[in-house]
Amino acid sequence: MKIIIIGCGKVGSALAEELTMENHEVAIVDISAQKLQEVGEDLDALQIQGNGSSINVLMDAGVISADLVIAVTGSDELNLLCCLVAKNLGKCHTVARVRNPIYNKEINLMKESLGISMIINPEMATAAEIARLLRFPSAIKIDPFAKGKVELLKFRLKPEFRLDGKSIVEINMKGKHNILVAGVERGEQVFIPNGDFVLQNSDLVSILASPKNASAFFKSIGLKTNQVRNCMIVGGGTIAIFLARMLLEMKMRVVIIEQSKERCELLADLLPDATVVNGDGTSKNLLFEENLENAEAFVALTNMDEENILLGMFAERMSHAKVVTKVNRVAFDDITDELELGSLIHPKYITTDRILQYTRATQNSIGSNVETLYHILDGKAEALEFVIRENSSVVGVELKDLRLKNNLLVGCINRSGKVLIPRGDDCLMVGDTVVVVTSQKCLRDIEDILEK
Amino acid sequence: MNYRIITYVIGWVLNLEAICMTLPAVTGLIYGEKTWTSFLITGLISALAGTLLVVRRPEKPHFFMKEGCVSVALSWIALSLIGSLPFMISGTIPHFVDALFETVSGFTTTGASIMASVEDAPRCILMWRSFTHWIGGMGVLVLLLSIIKMSGGSQMNLMKAESPGPSVSRLAPTVRSTAKILYTIYLLMTVLETVILLLCGMPVFDALTTAFGTAGTGGFGIKNDSMGGYSVTIQIVVTVFMILFGINFNVYFLLLSKKWKQALKNEEVRWYLAIILGAVLLIGWNIRGVYGSMGKAIQQAAFQVASIITTTGFATVDFNIWPEVSRTILVLLMFVGACAGSTGGGIKVSRFIILLKAMKKEIKQYLHPRQIRKIRVDGRVVEHEVVRNVNVFMVVYIMIFATSVFILAFDNLDLITNFTAVAATFNNIGPGLELVGPTANFNVFSDVGKYVLIFDMLAGRLEIFPLLLVFFPDTWRKF
Repeated sequence: MKIIIIGCGKVGSALAEELTMENHEVAIVDISAQKLQEVGEDLDALQIQGNGSSINVLMDAGVISADLVIAVTGSDELNLLCCLVAKNLGKCHTVARVRNPIYNKEINLMKESLGISMIINPEMATAAEIARLLRFPSAIKIDPFAKGKVELLKFRLKPEFRLDGKSIVEINMKGKHNILVAGVERGEQVFIPNGDFVLQNSDLVSILASPKNASAFFKSIGLKTNQVRNCMIVGGGTIAIFLARMLLEMKMRVVIIEQSKERCELLADLLPDATVVNGDGTSKNLLFEENLENAEAFVALTNMDEENILLGMFAERMSHAKVVTKVNRVAFDDITDELELGSLIHPKYITTDRILQYTRATQNSIGSNVETLYHILDGKAEALEFVIRENSSVVGVELKDLRLKNNLLVGCINRSGKVLIPRGDDCLMVGDTVVVVTSQKCLRDIEDILEK
Repeated sequence: MNYRIITYVIGWVLNLEAICMTLPAVTGLIYGEKTWTSFLITGLISALAGTLLVVRRPEKPHFFMKEGCVSVALSWIALSLIGSLPFMISGTIPHFVDALFETVSGFTTTGASIMASVEDAPRCILMWRSFTHWIGGMGVLVLLLSIIKMSGGSQMNLMKAESPGPSVSRLAPTVRSTAKILYTIYLLMTVLETVILLLCGMPVFDALTTAFGTAGTGGFGIKNDSMGGYSVTIQIVVTVFMILFGINFNVYFLLLSKKWKQALKNEEVRWYLAIILGAVLLIGWNIRGVYGSMGKAIQQAAFQVASIITTTGFATVDFNIWPEVSRTILVLLMFVGACAGSTGGGIKVSRFIILLKAMKKEIKQYLHPRQIRKIRVDGRVVEHEVVRNVNVFMVVYIMIFATSVFILAFDNLDLITNFTAVAATFNNIGPGLELVGPTANFNVFSDVGKYVLIFDMLAGRLEIFPLLLVFFPDTWRKF
């Protein structure tokens, strides 16, 4: 596929990297030559310096034959304009990042009248992700598949679960739980486990299951699963506003601590049902005064990664709250992953994930295609959701007879509304939605799961 | 909410109350009254409950505004409940509501009584009644703070919640020494008054109870005619001391530390004295016919004005029979109240100063709509938070007042009685007009009415918000 990315910032460069690895032809446009230089030689992509909304620049980038234009510059209006111009020049799909909450209500209108295929709001996407975590606080990360019927849930194995030294077969045999262990992270290593795989304490385990089965499983191993009823948010940025709105809709009590008085006035104006507190969120006294100890959820959303990490660790120690920590910089994830920070949220990842998902979905318009895609296991593996639309070589064959690639797992099958965790004698059928977990990247079609 | 620390504070308050019980008990022993045992029993109960609550120090030291307010409010309620036991055990006031009313009236320094004839009561009971004034006047938690050591931030929050007035100032670097200074001044002035009263020929028992009643600006008398039976000299001494105890104690501290200028410049005290002077002259002129001579009239007027504005509530004459102008002035003075930081109740002079200045500011805002103007008291800018608090206080005050009058209306008494009964209890004064006038008592109300007045007395003493907090559901929520 030919893809033009406009804007070479954090998200733009990450996208370019991912997409080139998937063997797409990528052109990246940015107004600053310096930024292009920074991504420089590492990136196997056409680099064009100029304003992405200019026809000349877009022509240079090859807009006529492009399949997809992704506009992720710092300016919402520029992104929209780029997409508008590109759409009129070629026959491409367009993706724009629009983050200003003012446009929020008009997103559908914009999509229709400007002919933009997808509009992504990173803050809103991040907030939605956090809200999902709070709905199911036992998990560190939750990715929904099949419109939420199946979820991929990540949790840390603690000694009290008594799963240390047990193999996956044993766990499945003993509990008769309808779940699938889809991936295990142990330190730096990532495993897509088979039945003999033995779990250890402090492994990060990802399971695939329907929400109901997941609850039952967590309950049986002694992990709390009740939905949180209140939430303390430190930092009153845009994500906080979106998040607070979602949580308030879920009838949670929300306390937002924000340092700037002016910002607090705005928050109090926008969120009449939330308790807005003006003060330094890193003040221990203030946190206690606002009852951190009894909070059921704590979300650190300040602009400083360092502050968020400290706050996350503090909340994890001082309370039984479900802790969510936002970290913008991903570079130190080796270290941050080792800390007790609850759930880590990288807004950048969320944005790129959503756009990649869309890219793959548009890529295959025939046959089976990718419905959803998540980077899991720290970006080292992917979970993909395929829809089987017509006959192919995988259909009708028992799974144990399929020659699957290494490090690949058929996670679950959603057949006419029912979720199956497949065993060896199950087979795929037309109309199924299949979730595949793999460390092999670049799967595009359901047939790619087979060894060639 | 840190419940443990709240019960811990209440525990100490109960221990303190147990200690305070020794004074009436000793009084009873001296006068050979059998009723002294009721104080022994109550003291033991109080000490037992208190000790149980304080044996274990709370693990978490967190003590914030909400814990401060809730501890103060609950402490006062616990204090009153235990304090009412001697009345019931001794059989002086057998009915629970009445005993509670009497105790709350004592601790909140109201001085409204339901006893028809105090002279019949045992002396130890009378001593306890008057002593509750003294304890409640400066505040039991302030006393606590000066004695026991609490962790850092907690102290100021307790002090803020209990001390009257729109804002609390520190006299010394630490809260503990501030509390000590306040209590030292309080104690010295009480001793001084007792000595002077003794020199004026008052019996020891009368001098002590009167001094307690004046110091706390309470107003429980030990005679059926309150102060009417004492000599003119004694009445003048009491007048002077009532006015003195209505002054902001910060001024005394400034005087003690020899900052004369600063002390004399205190805006609130100047206003307070000016209001007293004005009221005395007006009433004196108005009642000159009743007492024959202008001098006698002025002396009576001064006693009554001082008694009402400081919210003490002693009486020398039945001002209920005074002309309408005088009665009206006295009712208006009920609302003014004493200075902030004194032992008196009411809305407080300083709040009125702030309100008047806010009014002036608002009017000026019409002349210069874009003007930025700050409200100043004593030359210092009053923070917006304080002004806002005063405004809201006034509104809530009026709402509670109106609601109370409305509920009392069901007792089918006249409006003046109801209105002044609420004014006299909410402002911690004591006697009102008509059926609750200086020679009457509060037994005319039904039990419901008495509970309403009990609430008003506590709300008035704690300046509304700490008590309201206890009834606010969010206070008790875990998060």
